Amino acid sequence: MGSTSAHNNGGLGRRDVIKRSAALGLITVPTMGFLSACATSGGGDDNDKKTETPKGETSAENPLGVKNGAALEAFIFKGGLGDQYAKDAEADYKTKYKADVKHTGTQQVGPKLTPRFAGGNPPDVIDNSGADHLDMNKLSSQGQLQDLKALLDAPSMDDPAKKIRDVIHPSTLDKGMHGDKFDVLYYAFTIYGTWYSQKLLDAKGWTYPKTLDEMVTLCGEIKKAGIAPWTYAGKFPYYVHFNLFAQIAKIGGIEPWIAIDNLEPKAWTSNDAVKQVVEHYEELAAKKYFLEGSQGLTHIQSQTAWTRNKAVFIPNGSWVENEAAPTTPKDFGMAVGALFDGTGDKMPTGTLRGEPSEPYIVSAKGKNPTGGMELLRIMLSKKHAQNFATKVKSLTCVQDATEGMTLSPGLASASKAVKAAGPNLISLQLQEWYPALTDEKIGGLTGQLLTGDLKAADWIKKTQAEADKVAKDSSVAKFKRTS
Amino acid sequence: MQHGKYRFIVGFLALPLIIYAIFVISPFIQAFQISLTDWSGLTGSSKFIGMDNFERLWESDDFWNALRHNVYMLALVPVITLGLGLFFAFMLNVGGKSKKNEVVTGVTGSKVYKFVFFFPQVISITIVAVIWFNIYNPDPNDGMLNSLLGAIGLDGLQNAWLGEKSLALWCISAVMVWGHVGFYVVLFSAAMASIPRDIYEAALLDGANRFHTFFKITLPLLWDTVQTGWVYMGIIALDAFALVQIMSVNMGGPDGATDVMPLRLYQTAFRDSQFGYASAMGIAMLIVTMTFALLTMRFARRERIEY
Repeated sequence: MGSTSAHNNGGLGRRDVIKRSAALGLITVPTMGFLSACATSGGGDDNDKKTETPKGETSAENPLGVKNGAALEAFIFKGGLGDQYAKDAEADYKTKYKADVKHTGTQQVGPKLTPRFAGGNPPDVIDNSGADHLDMNKLSSQGQLQDLKALLDAPSMDDPAKKIRDVIHPSTLDKGMHGDKFDVLYYAFTIYGTWYSQKLLDAKGWTYPKTLDEMVTLCGEIKKAGIAPWTYAGKFPYYVHFNLFAQIAKIGGIEPWIAIDNLEPKAWTSNDAVKQVVEHYEELAAKKYFLEGSQGLTHIQSQTAWTRNKAVFIPNGSWVENEAAPTTPKDFGMAVGALFDGTGDKMPTGTLRGEPSEPYIVSAKGKNPTGGMELLRIMLSKKHAQNFATKVKSLTCVQDATEGMTLSPGLASASKAVKAAGPNLISLQLQEWYPALTDEKIGGLTGQLLTGDLKAADWIKKTQAEADKVAKDSSVAKFKRTS
Repeated sequence: MQHGKYRFIVGFLALPLIIYAIFVISPFIQAFQISLTDWSGLTGSSKFIGMDNFERLWESDDFWNALRHNVYMLALVPVITLGLGLFFAFMLNVGGKSKKNEVVTGVTGSKVYKFVFFFPQVISITIVAVIWFNIYNPDPNDGMLNSLLGAIGLDGLQNAWLGEKSLALWCISAVMVWGHVGFYVVLFSAAMASIPRDIYEAALLDGANRFHTFFKITLPLLWDTVQTGWVYMGIIALDAFALVQIMSVNMGGPDGATDVMPLRLYQTAFRDSQFGYASAMGIAMLIVTMTFALLTMRFARRERIEY
């Protein structure tokens, strides 16, 4: 006890210990100075780093020259489509090259991989999809993405006479470009539209409407029958944009939409189609044609309400058939309809929004980029494209891969719609390029529009203001499209 | 013998201090450093841009909007949580009717209540958020709250809850209160147990009722504990990330109505890949939290009563 007092024995008192340990702490802090540099500069000289790619002999069977036994790491988004289809392709890679494939299925591609890119050891193949995906524009401009030209020029697995670039959909080739570099392979092909149950429509004697006005009339009838005409995923309002944005492009034509994608001034306010479409949604809201409470539903909850016939229509993408499978009745007759006609349409009836989706990237600074490309080549074979169609009921970018197969109702309806649309497929970039603008800002406005709390005129005015804000913000990387 | 003491103490303190410096102090310093750059978080290189991030932050409507929501929660959530915690703890410990042998007791079944109150504390915050998200499901049949309201004939009160701009923030705050009351019941119960029973007995003999004993005896003697709880609860209200991220519509919606600072930070860092700007937000949060803690400590100070 005596040593706690410094007075009588000249020893170390309690206060001194505290003071000195504080001083010790202060000395320790500066020595951390060199450590403090590590987060940002750990991979500082990455840009000059030449990765030693394991290279094997090229042959007809192995056109990219994958080295036998070189390990591969795949990071696959495990959302509506699951990740089994990728595992199946990895299994083929494994047998062919006798190599280990490390597989991770996740919904959080961005948060999990950001530090690995910063640290200079990214996985080889990434399915960069979902709400938490990596910013590919940044990755591309910082040289993190492998140029996939070699893959495009490699022969396809099924027919050595055909190059990969000849078997995949032309819009996949367009969409995967950053500048003049093709570095993103959108593996799937998603059809967006208005989804419904053919059985329910038949049972009630309704037909899928052709025009926006017919839609309003039909909604009136549906409401009288005691069913809600529409539901939507209020928790993720961008689901509504799948239809809303595409409908604007369908009526107004693709040129004015490109102005919107390019964030040009007055692109929203000067486009009459915007007014037409947004006022249509305003009318649906004012007449209470949306299932009550939709504004608080998740995508799963809204899909479940829909498969239980609580609502007739839902804006969605073609992954819905797989995602809603657990709650879908056997004879539901899932079907998708094309965009509606308005007045003075620039694009013909039957126009559809079809987008390359599931962006696959190969890390330029990974350990085995060649192997990464080879895995994609395996996935682009007819065998795996069909496996994808069977397993997850979606289309791939491989053209005509599903010919002769018996397709599930939703997928059959989607491929029929694609055929009917022919060259009139709409592709939009806004959400891909500026997710903060579309999902958070415009999404918030759309949520208010559909509950009737925001007028169409205000939606347009505020959307233009938000777009202008992004256009002026120098911290957001900008993109331009010409076609 | 005395000269060996320094070595002895240094030997004991060095390891914890080094660990503390590496894992606590150095990230703090790094955050300051990163906040002065335009680091994207994706590559190893970044550019020094001075105070630009802070200037942007100052002019950002989004950030002020998020901060405002944190301040609303800071103003209400701790008061309600601590108030309820104190009330329940009081009822469980000294609020009951006097029995034969004991003058001061809790209400009947207080042991069961204590367990029930503490239960949410055992569940991880993620699970709490998911459970409550489903309770707030707006579907009149699937949503627990709405179907309950329907069943007891209060259809008029059925609501979209988290989808309703004016309600969403309070729906989330209510979950925050629900999740933390139990902890304070237990904390205050423990503190109350150390208050000598004879003080209560003397007060009761003098004719004090429950109301008087609470405000004249319990609260003053618990003041230190309440103050600590206040700071702790305030920091929780300034965070609120997990609940908002999981429960809110459109990540902080509808239309930004539930946005909070940490969510903004997360979105800026991981969605927009602007780690430099996000670090500036982190520092702003540090300042707000420190200011709150210091003000609370300073103005809630009262003379300690020895007993």
